[in-house]
Amino acid sequence: MKVLVPVKRVIDYNVKVRVKADQTGVDLANVKMSMNPFDEISVEEAVKLKEKGKATEVVAISVGPQQASETIRTALAMGADRGILVKTDGDVEPLAVAKIFKAICEAEQPGLVILGKQAIDDDSNQTGQMLAALLGWPQGTFAHKLELADGSANIEREIDGGLQTVEVKLPAIMTTDLRLNTPRYASLPNIMKAKKKPIDEKTPADYGVDTAPRLKVLKVTEPPKRQAGVKVKTVSELLDKLKNEAGVI
Amino acid sequence: MASLVIAEHDNKVLKDATAKTVSAATQLGGPVHVLVAGSGCGAVAEAAAKLAGVEKVLLADAPLYAKLVAEPVAELILSLAGNYDAILAPATTNGKNYLPRVAARLDVPQISEILKVVSPDTFERPIYAGNAIQTVQAPAGKKVITVRTTAFKAAEATGSAAVENVAAAADPGLSKFVGEELSKSERPELTSAKIIISGGRGMQSGDNFHLLEKIADRLHAAVGASRAAVDAGFVPNDYQVGQTGKVVAPELYIAVGISGAIQHLAGMKDSKVIAAINKDEEAPIFQVADYGLVADLFKAIPEMDEELAKLGY
Ligand SMILES: Cc1cc2nc3c(=O)[nH]c(=O)nc-3n(C[C@H](O)[C@H](O)[C@H](O)COP(=O)(O)OP(=O)(O)OC[C@H]3O[C@@H](n4cnc5c(N)ncnc54)[C@H](O)[C@@H]3O)c2cc1C
Repeated sequence: MKVLVPVKRVIDYNVKVRVKADQTGVDLANVKMSMNPFDEISVEEAVKLKEKGKATEVVAISVGPQQASETIRTALAMGADRGILVKTDGDVEPLAVAKIFKAICEAEQPGLVILGKQAIDDDSNQTGQMLAALLGWPQGTFAHKLELADGSANIEREIDGGLQTVEVKLPAIMTTDLRLNTPRYASLPNIMKAKKKPIDEKTPADYGVDTAPRLKVLKVTEPPKRQAGVKVKTVSELLDKLKNEAGVI
Repeated sequence: MASLVIAEHDNKVLKDATAKTVSAATQLGGPVHVLVAGSGCGAVAEAAAKLAGVEKVLLADAPLYAKLVAEPVAELILSLAGNYDAILAPATTNGKNYLPRVAARLDVPQISEILKVVSPDTFERPIYAGNAIQTVQAPAGKKVITVRTTAFKAAEATGSAAVENVAAAADPGLSKFVGEELSKSERPELTSAKIIISGGRGMQSGDNFHLLEKIADRLHAAVGASRAAVDAGFVPNDYQVGQTGKVVAPELYIAVGISGAIQHLAGMKDSKVIAAINKDEEAPIFQVADYGLVADLFKAIPEMDEELAKLGY
């Protein structure tokens, strides 16, 4: 079974983002970029499947600028076999990304596609579900645990009330949550090896997908700022403030 | 401009998230219908019918919908979508699961986690863990929207809409519910509690969370946690507050042994009052806290328990 793993190049999770003064977006100039943390979890899960002999090949795919090939290289260094970069400039909405992935799935015929549940830049939480719908495949979102069987998979999911397990027929889409695994660091020898692994370069047009945004971003602004309050010295002072000043207990 | 709101419930009780989504839907201007999909969920439909602003409740009562599994629920919504200009669901793990399937099949973008209805086609939504707010305008055509429920007031139970049965849609037969492990608690739910006390890595163990539970019981509060506390196995995953967990906005949020990473702040910084207890006076949580106490939590929390007892809580 082939496993596809989409990976997105995003602002590093440690960076404090700044909104641009002209309100057109956030400032990404000279900012550290990394693989979306949830996608690291996806790559780890796929590579583990390969190590257990359950996956035959792991293909890392990305829609993004030329530099997204570095993100694919990271996936290759973690153990993916080859990559596909679909080159675009500018923001591509989840629906268009899902359409590109659908076309790749039709060409590659994977048994499982593992995506992150959300990208930490646009926080949309849509692409995996959209891809599943476009393909007419089932989905196991917010995965906490994966158990593969013959022709199906049991996916335990993190939900608001706790955990839920669904059985999905394969091929299927899975989106990863934080507790699925702990992604490995790529070793130096594997980083060297990854340099020789192939990355195919494509464009959205190769898949007949129009990536023009459908939503119009009118502006991007800063959220209201919270002011730091006061320091209290004792527990009883804290309770007094909460009771008599704020009136919340 | 008619809207369809997908109800959040557990087949017995209509969740507050629905009432908040209804109030977002009424701001779109047209009539609002609510779809209750579930199994043995008649009481939920009755409750939805009482929400102010709701004109009609559609009830799809079938075993297939008992657990709101995404594939059949999305088919059901699609079977009704022709009658509506907008489809809204709360941004719960259910809404986030089924709604993008609906959007993709309708070939429209989904607008995730709206904070505000600026006009019937323009919305505010958070990006980058809420460190930026995007104002987006949807194209002509159907709008598919998830609603961040902390940003909207619940519609009141002053209405009396009719309940109409609708037929189940065909089961796509792709997936099935196998089982669940739900956290049981007598305390209020995180997303509707007026007071939340959350613990972080500083708690050191799951056992130590009992210290927080004692306070929670005195204050009728819910207990939450940071990702670090969940990852360490102190508490279950559904306790996680933050960018990638639950977003909460109680009257009072007490952060105990939590440093205040941006991903955690994303889930609680809209709380009315924030109190923080941390032994590190430089902890970033103090930059958003109304009341900060620099102290060892293992001294401060037992002391708080005693003081509250004295005050009669
Ligand atoms: C993709 C991604 C998503 C994430 N999503 C979330 C999310 O949704 N929610 C979330 O919370 N995090 C999230 N995180 C993690 C986040 O970045 C932080 O790592 C996490 O919030 C830290 O948790 P903490 O504050 O409990 O731990 P730490 O940062 O380790 O802080 C522990 C604090 O406890 C204090 N402390 C220790 N002992 C005591 C004591 N005895 N008395 C008083 N104080 C004490 C310390 O001074 C310290 O400030 C995410 C990270 C990533 C990469």
